[in-house]
Formats: sequence, structure tokens, C-alpha cells
Amino acid sequence: MTTMTSLIEPLIPALRRYARALLRDSSAADDLVQDCLERAIGRWHQRRQDGDARTWIFTILHNLAINRLRQAQRRGRHVAIEDADEDSVSHPPAQEDRIRHHDVVQALADLPEDQRAVLLLVAVEDLSYAEAADVLDVPIGTVMSRLARGRERLRRALGEPDRIAKAPNLRRIK
Amino acid sequence: MSSRPISEDDLHAFVDQALDPARRTEVAEYLKSHPDVAGRVEDYRRQRESLRAALAPIAEEPVPSRLDLRRLIEARRASRVGWRAAAVAAAAAIVLLCGGAAGGWMLHDLSQPPAGGIAALASQATESFEVYASDHVRPVELRAEDRTLLVDWASQRLGRAVTAPDLSRSGYRFMGGRLVATPQGPAVLFMYDDDRGTRLAVLSRRMAVDQDAPMRPHSRGSTAGFAWAENGIGYSLVGPLPAEALHPIANEVRRQERGI
Repeated sequence: MTTMTSLIEPLIPALRRYARALLRDSSAADDLVQDCLERAIGRWHQRRQDGDARTWIFTILHNLAINRLRQAQRRGRHVAIEDADEDSVSHPPAQEDRIRHHDVVQALADLPEDQRAVLLLVAVEDLSYAEAADVLDVPIGTVMSRLARGRERLRRALGEPDRIAKAPNLRRIK
Repeated sequence: MSSRPISEDDLHAFVDQALDPARRTEVAEYLKSHPDVAGRVEDYRRQRESLRAALAPIAEEPVPSRLDLRRLIEARRASRVGWRAAAVAAAAAIVLLCGGAAGGWMLHDLSQPPAGGIAALASQATESFEVYASDHVRPVELRAEDRTLLVDWASQRLGRAVTAPDLSRSGYRFMGGRLVATPQGPAVLFMYDDDRGTRLAVLSRRMAVDQDAPMRPHSRGSTAGFAWAENGIGYSLVGPLPAEALHPIANEVRRQERGI
């Protein structure tokens, strides 16, 4: 159990972040992380010794999160973006970043959950493409196409106003 | 310089800093001469930065106490002990209701509080012995010639240095051993043979309860044994012999384990 503590404990902040960004509900997210940790404790001896503990525990958490999202959908309970507790997802540290952070979190929340999951695992949690494929139980090619679609969709949603303004100039130079 | 065409995957791997240096240079060169693609890649890069920045504060919050891993481990341990104790009490009640017909051993075992102590160890040693000693194909996982490997492996899994007793002076040759599972964690089973068809086994594991317990006999069917615990390690010597014959061998095991 001491190995488990030393391997899993440092990951708890990242697990909370992933769960909250995926579910957009802070208390439900912590419920999920608690459930995940309890399962991890119970299954610790069953895990492959040569496997990576981070990929293993993210897989447990992801599966719990997906079950929960599916249940919520079946019950027809949908949290509209306007109703979601914005503070529960984002705490902008500085005033000038507030709008940008709020926008990106909102745009992320609008993505289909499979694209959102890939973006979070790869771009925020720093999992390799292969590790993300393991967590999601899909081929790497699927990870790449979801990543591409998610990024492009996010780019359109955010509009990136100054870039678009600059683009014609760049084209003219070329 | 081979120029593999630049793919969409390369662009994303560029953003995620997942390319090897050579490929990274090739992509950077490509982007210099393709400003529209470079603009899109720059958008992705900034998007990645703002996502990380927006979500970083969540990971910096103090972790709520209900997610304290050590507490969760403790709570699980406590609930398992509670559950086991309840199950043992229920089973004991059933045995009593059945008029004790199941016989002395079960009642003897089940009425021993707390769970996981010497009585459980004795029962586990008997079960392991009955399964493995009668196995003619593979009675041990690691054989006598791998004694060091086996002892190191067992010591590592038990988290305590263990030794394989030498029973040759009692007429029993060391055969080897294996790890076995118990509800209290891994245990090591060492097996011995007198080359006339009689096998003995010594089971040891760590003891959370009954860390020190005097030697006492146990038996079930034709399998007898002696179990004891010293310094947090429990031992049980079992075999198909009468208690009088096993007792001196158990004393010998204990003497060796004490390092005398």
C-alpha cells in the first residue's frame, strides 16, 4: 500500500481537474474521484505490475465519468451552459485573463464528450497519444482524429479575433 | 534529407511537443513557408496554453479531506475487518443452529476472535497444503535449486525477510515453494518431502492481529499442524502426521526462524 500511496497520491489534483473539466460540476467531480480512488485501492493488486499507474487510474476515472454522463443523459438531465456554475470549472487568476479563460472553458464544454476527453488528456494532462488511446480504449488514429476535430471546433468557437484580422496581411506578403 | 510529407498528425504533435527533434525541425521549416497553416497551428498552440491556464487552478486547490488517500485506505481496511467479523459471527451462529454437527474444527476456528489471526493462519496452511502437497505435476512454483530466488521473492512480497527452514535433520528434504494468496495478503508456502511419499509444508505470512502467539496444535481431517507467531510473522507447519510426530519438527522450524 505504500507504493500505492506514493504513486497515486501525487495524481489526485490532476484527477480532480480532469473529472471537473469533463463533468463541469465540482461536487459531482469529487464524488467521482472518491469513487475512483476507492476502486483503485480495491484493485491495486490486480493491476499489471509493468503498467503505468497514471494511465491505469485515469482509465478507471474516465470509465466512471462516461458512465455518469450516460446516466445523466438517460435521465434527461442536462446542465445548460448558462446554468453551469462557472466558478466550479474556472477560477481565472487575473482580471485580464478572465474573459479568455471563461471563453475557452465554455467552448470546451460545448465539445462532444469524446473530443473534450482527448483534448483534456493530451493538452492538459500531458498524456502521450498512446496513453490517451489506452485510457479511452480506442486506436491512436481515433485519438488523432478526435484531437484534430476538437481543436478545429474550439478554434472556430473562439474566433481568435486578432489572428483573423492579421491573416489577410500574411497572405498578401506570401 | 528525406522529406516525408507533413501530415495533420505532425501539426498536432508539433503543438503538443511530441515530435522528435529532427521531425520538429522539418515541421518548423514547413510552417515558415506556409503562413496560413502556421497561423492555424499558432491558434492551436494558444488554445492549448489558455486551456492549461484556465484549468491549472483546479489542480492547485487543497485536496478535500474526503479524497485523502491514507484515510480511504484506512476506511476500507476497517470496513473489511468489520464485514469479516460480521460474516464470521453469522457463520458461527449458523453452525450453532445446526447443532454443531459440522464438527470441532469449524466451530473452533470461527469462534476465535479476531479474524485473520492464528486460527485463520492455521486454516490457510491446511488448505494450501491439501491443494499443493497432493499435486504430482507442480507441487512447487520454484524448486529447491532456486532457493535464493524464492526466498528473495517471498521476502519482497511479504515485506519482511523470511528464511526457508532446513528440515534435513528431521528427515525432510526441501522441495521449494510458492506464494499463496490469503485475505491478509501474500503468504509463502515452503514444501518438504521425506522421499517416502510424505510431504510437509510451512506457511508464513505477516500478522496484523496475533502478532505474537504461542505455538498450538490444530487439525482437520488427516492433516495436523502447529501454528504460532513471533514478531509479526505467523507460521504454521502442517502435514499428514500425528501431532506427536509434528511437534518436534515445529519446534525445529521455530528454533531456526529465531536464528538460534
